[in-house]
Amino acid sequence: MTVIMKAKKALTATDVRKIAKLANLVISDSEEKIFTPQLSATLDYVNQLEKADTEHVEATAHVTGLENVFREDVIEPTLSQSEALSNAPQTYNGYIVVKAIFEETE
Amino acid sequence: MNLLTLTIKEARRALQSKEFSAVELVRAYIDRIQTHDSKLGAFLTVDESGALSQAKRADAQIAKGITKKLLGIPVACKDLYSTRAVRTTAGAKIIDTYKPPYNATVVDRYLEAGAILMGKTNEDAWGHGSSGENSDYFPTRNPYDTTHVPGGSSSGSAVAVAAGFSLVGTGTDTGSSIRLPASFCNIVGMKPTYGRVPRYGVISMASSFDTIGHMTRTVYDNALVYEVTAGADPRDATTPQVPVPMYTESLGKSLKGLRAGIPKEYFRSNGIDKGVREVTMTAIGKLESLGMRVEEISLPHTEYAMACYYVLVPSEISSNLSRYDGVRFGATRDTFGAEAKRRIMLGTHALSAGYYDAFYHKAAKVRTLIKQDFEKALEKVDVILAPVSPTPPFKLGEKVNDPLAMYLSDIFVCPVNIAGVPALSVPCGFAGILPIGLQIIGKQFGEQLLYQVASAYENETEWYKKPAIL
Repeated sequence: MTVIMKAKKALTATDVRKIAKLANLVISDSEEKIFTPQLSATLDYVNQLEKADTEHVEATAHVTGLENVFREDVIEPTLSQSEALSNAPQTYNGYIVVKAIFEETE
Repeated sequence: MNLLTLTIKEARRALQSKEFSAVELVRAYIDRIQTHDSKLGAFLTVDESGALSQAKRADAQIAKGITKKLLGIPVACKDLYSTRAVRTTAGAKIIDTYKPPYNATVVDRYLEAGAILMGKTNEDAWGHGSSGENSDYFPTRNPYDTTHVPGGSSSGSAVAVAAGFSLVGTGTDTGSSIRLPASFCNIVGMKPTYGRVPRYGVISMASSFDTIGHMTRTVYDNALVYEVTAGADPRDATTPQVPVPMYTESLGKSLKGLRAGIPKEYFRSNGIDKGVREVTMTAIGKLESLGMRVEEISLPHTEYAMACYYVLVPSEISSNLSRYDGVRFGATRDTFGAEAKRRIMLGTHALSAGYYDAFYHKAAKVRTLIKQDFEKALEKVDVILAPVSPTPPFKLGEKVNDPLAMYLSDIFVCPVNIAGVPALSVPCGFAGILPIGLQIIGKQFGEQLLYQVASAYENETEWYKKPAIL
């Protein structure tokens, strides 16, 4: 057993804000009030996993045992540029317009 | 034609013998949707002109003597299925106006088999829910009693079949989302083996759990559709090269000598409703009278199943939904509904530094134990029998403010997805006027046996002949 096994029982509003930030979500004050006890209750429930004996147990991420599925690297017909852009909120000369990530300096 | 009782088998015969045309069939369904769907909320988009032009093509093919498995058969697709040029929202307003430029593989398979796409059905947004109430648009209602939920997340597809709006309702099942609505709406729902039906083009919820299945009125209809949808796809590397049997050929075979297991952990649970228990035990008795040998089995890690599920699934959700940023399509992330936000945040927390080992990695190990429970049990018995839901369909609003209570209503169905095995829900009776389903669980890629057992049971009981009266 490692030291970090035991997670905190209840989340605080600050924890919830921090998780929202990590998840790239903006939550309102009222959502924070609702989510904090709801997420705490769920985390409290899932904490019972720590009682399960998993010594010498391998983790499972895939259930049917497939591995290393290969195919020939052949280019096949795919979406046209206009189809690929057809749902973009804003385009310019065949490109998607994104928000600026640098601020302009004087 | 009586759309409330019509089956695919009957419709195919009637189309072939020119009793009615595909255009007449589609028009009848559209009329019925227009008359009744305002009470039920099954559809988000009805593609009237598209369906009618497909029906005309089907009639032309029938006139030429062409036969296909689903020629002229209407299908309603859950809104997670990408449909070329037809609005696809996942039940979520963040992609309210999205029109995919391509079809999901499974949609192409339906169309190649001659099926007609009627429209897109309502659902819990992204598949997150067990009641249909988490749709960002409006809740879907149970046609047997509109004050009750139809079950989710494939809520609209189940209601579309039960209410006589379509002959097939497509679904996805990550934890309960085909079996629960099928059981709540008195129809047959198949949750396939993981990887049996391609996921390509179906909007992802939790990629190592998601399965692509369907709901129909009868077992025969369900097996016939499965012959169309199952099989490997080069675009989904998790679909193995396992041959697809003719599932309809396993119907009608005797059950003599087959062994069925009853998980003691499920039936000893306090949360199981008295009516559900009675109806389920009666159904099991019926299967015994048909020659099955029934014995008690154990799935010892059942107590950890929901905790395991609610760590791993939100983790995969938080990753899959990170792509919705409003740049390439859709609106910005503040448009996510409350349940999507909760699940993204749970998953983000479970995967975050310092918590990954305690939550995600621990749950992935517990997943191994639960999978082994099923493997060991299915060495002793051919199928496992259980209720789908511990309760009959609940009332709208009953669990909506208590997400944990909603999650725990899936205790008999989620473990199946953790193990990746197939399971079928077949109607097995009523609690008052509310339908109840029996769950038949089998070995990976052993769906024929599920159909064999379900069809023998259905032949004896014919619960599907009690339609919802609208």
